[in-house]
Amino acid sequence: MTIDRSFVEPNDQFPLGMRVLAVDDDPICLKLLETLLRKCQYHVTTTSQAIMALKLLRENKNNFDLVISDVHMPDMDGFKLLELVGLEMDLPVIMLSAYGDTKLVMKGISHGACDYLLKPVRIEELKNIWQHVVRRKKTDSKEQNNSDKPCHETEGGQAVTVTGDSDQNGKLNRKKRDQKEDENEDQSTQKRTRVVWTVDLHRKFVAAVNQLGIDKAVPKRILDMMNVEKLTRENVASHLQKYRLYLKRISVVASHQANMIAASGGADSPYLQMGFLNGLGNVPSMVGSAQFQNTDVRSLSSSGMLDRLNTPAGLGMRGLSSSGMVQLGHADNLINPINNQNKFHEVILPGNQNGNIQGMPTPFEFDQLQHKNGVDHIGDLSSANNDSMVFPISSGLSDGNMNGNSSRNSFLGAPHNPVMLQGQPQGIKRDELCGNQSFVTVASSNREYSSRLADFRGCIDSWPAVQASEIQSNSFTSNDCFKQDTRSYLMDRKSSIAMDTGNKSNNNSSIAVVPAGFPVLRTDLQSQAAPRQQSNAEQNMNDTQKQGWDENKQNPSHGPNLMCSFLNSMIPPHGVPDPFSQRLDLENTICHRNANGNNMIGQRNLVDSSTVQHNEVEQSAIGTTAKPKQGNLINQRKPQDGYSFDDVGSLEDLVTAMMKQEEDKSNMREGGWVYI
Amino acid sequence: MEVGQLQRQFVEHTASMFHEGFLDGQFSQLQQLQDESNPDFVVEVVSLFFQDSERLLNELTRALDQKCVDFKKVDAHVHQLKGSSSSIGAQRVKNSCFNFRNFCEEQNTEACFRCLQLVKQEYLLVKNKLETLFRLEQQILAAGGSIPMME
Repeated sequence: MTIDRSFVEPNDQFPLGMRVLAVDDDPICLKLLETLLRKCQYHVTTTSQAIMALKLLRENKNNFDLVISDVHMPDMDGFKLLELVGLEMDLPVIMLSAYGDTKLVMKGISHGACDYLLKPVRIEELKNIWQHVVRRKKTDSKEQNNSDKPCHETEGGQAVTVTGDSDQNGKLNRKKRDQKEDENEDQSTQKRTRVVWTVDLHRKFVAAVNQLGIDKAVPKRILDMMNVEKLTRENVASHLQKYRLYLKRISVVASHQANMIAASGGADSPYLQMGFLNGLGNVPSMVGSAQFQNTDVRSLSSSGMLDRLNTPAGLGMRGLSSSGMVQLGHADNLINPINNQNKFHEVILPGNQNGNIQGMPTPFEFDQLQHKNGVDHIGDLSSANNDSMVFPISSGLSDGNMNGNSSRNSFLGAPHNPVMLQGQPQGIKRDELCGNQSFVTVASSNREYSSRLADFRGCIDSWPAVQASEIQSNSFTSNDCFKQDTRSYLMDRKSSIAMDTGNKSNNNSSIAVVPAGFPVLRTDLQSQAAPRQQSNAEQNMNDTQKQGWDENKQNPSHGPNLMCSFLNSMIPPHGVPDPFSQRLDLENTICHRNANGNNMIGQRNLVDSSTVQHNEVEQSAIGTTAKPKQGNLINQRKPQDGYSFDDVGSLEDLVTAMMKQEEDKSNMREGGWVYI
Repeated sequence: MEVGQLQRQFVEHTASMFHEGFLDGQFSQLQQLQDESNPDFVVEVVSLFFQDSERLLNELTRALDQKCVDFKKVDAHVHQLKGSSSSIGAQRVKNSCFNFRNFCEEQNTEACFRCLQLVKQEYLLVKNKLETLFRLEQQILAAGGSIPMME
């Protein structure tokens, strides 16, 4: 890897001296790229590892103006890196690949790439890449002007905003973005005045939410409580959505592991659900109570999180992978970056396949899923160097409740330190967790979580005591909800998620955050899940499939996303330092997104899958704020049964489903959370 | 051998490589990138290519030898080989990778194996020719001459 340290400050002779970071595992291409870029008189830093690239970027994102990354890399999928960079650093990213299939290019765009170049790359093309930097800067500054509050992470928020605008149409994201940019330029304060969710603002928000109770936290009331000028109900609603996703995410992470385990069985939704539940279960313990949530969330959501929340669009954009489950994927990836068991993708995506996903998989199933996933995740988390998100979740989850979960908890806590993420298995006793039986353990530790899951209790009602006790119904509920979301989320994120490790199925399931309390065998889950939400789930699943979840057909991980987000939010890393929150934020955002609109994020990006996702979201519409406004494509099916896990496959679904149960009425009324 | 003669040989050799499709425009770009600040650029990149390709070809051979072939892995390797060969302009090698990918998707071990043989062949051919080219270059420089620029 070569680093050009000659640049210190932004160059006045832009584009000359523009600082580019090039990432490609192929040494020949990398060398060629470097030489070409130098010829264009840019400052070039190269690395053959995505992980290293992230590290460099995280060290100081101001060191670079642009990132060029290969799509196929061994240590991390290029799309995932793309998402992470976009979310965390909000830098323009150009994808590079020897294959120029339309599908791949579309994927790149939906993940937020500024451009997609084919190898061999020519110098003429490189001579113009600086335009992306300019464009982004322009957009950012526009957003900045719009915002009344101090921008926490201006770039991030802004970039997101832009994307957010275009989120509505996943397909035309780019186009819209450009169009919107123009619009924004003309009317700074028009329809979508970007609100920057600063730490303080978010704190108020969280306080309000906690006061009202997560179930009853409706945008209107939150808004009233916050009593902040110039904040609209819509702002709050969308933020709430993200927040919920975030919470789910956290829980999903926890459950993800369980899910993984469960998912390996191939159960789509059940696992997810389980995962969710687990995740939730874990979360509760960690969170303990609204209070916990409050503090944790707060801590978690430091500016970073706020930022993320702020930019649902951004998230959405990215998250919306073809499957629309981008978010999930993201979360998933984080969770199990390397874990084979990570089958989020699979779980989530396929969600449709089994129809298990429908609604809430039986508790048993969830449990398994979650355990598995959770376990797996944890393991992955540790190894997921680059998935900061993962960590947060897991750590949060396992807050010590689970034997093996400790690692999980650490994850949550870990988020703050990238190190954790980087695969420090320290807290993550993956082995313990993963153990196939680990989920059981987890379950036990989820006892605490259950309290947290109280919210989801409704969701879990349908699940009898299967669950092991600890997580209890709560977890299920959440799982269910999450499951869906997760699934969709995962689906979206399929590519980006680390789930790529091949544990597709796991991914899904893990996200499900299966309540630790359900030591259900995967098979059980599946069977059980199946009957649950038939109609919805099926539909969702089908839809999801359309979205292109083909990869994960096997796993019904619906709501891993949701869970994840949930989890994230729920399991605020104790004393998580800022970095963590940042990560969480990312995840949360992603999760939130999912949860919100059942893949709001996914939906945005997803061109077609979004709709599917929506459906799921709707179903699960846990009221996590499926903000319709955000353009969630999610169908607004108000899940009657509370779980429309149909193919949510994303966390969102799952979470929403769970939430839905809980807050069905309130949510519905609110209107802001319709998981459309 | 005198410089003039070497240079002529060099030119002919290069021309034939292009003519026969062993090299394409990308290689010319590489040559153009070579300058005073980067005098050995082409040699460096091509050497890297040799190293990396050989590694990939070995991996491919091993992967296809397995009882249960991991086509995803095979596809990944082929992808990389395609990318790197196209980056330096080894046209025929790149072309031989095209079908390879399709067969991977079809999970046709036999066909993949055949493709691999083809790729290996092309690779050896181009390697040979490039090595000759570099040798000529060195000889020219050693004899005090300069490398003729190709149109």
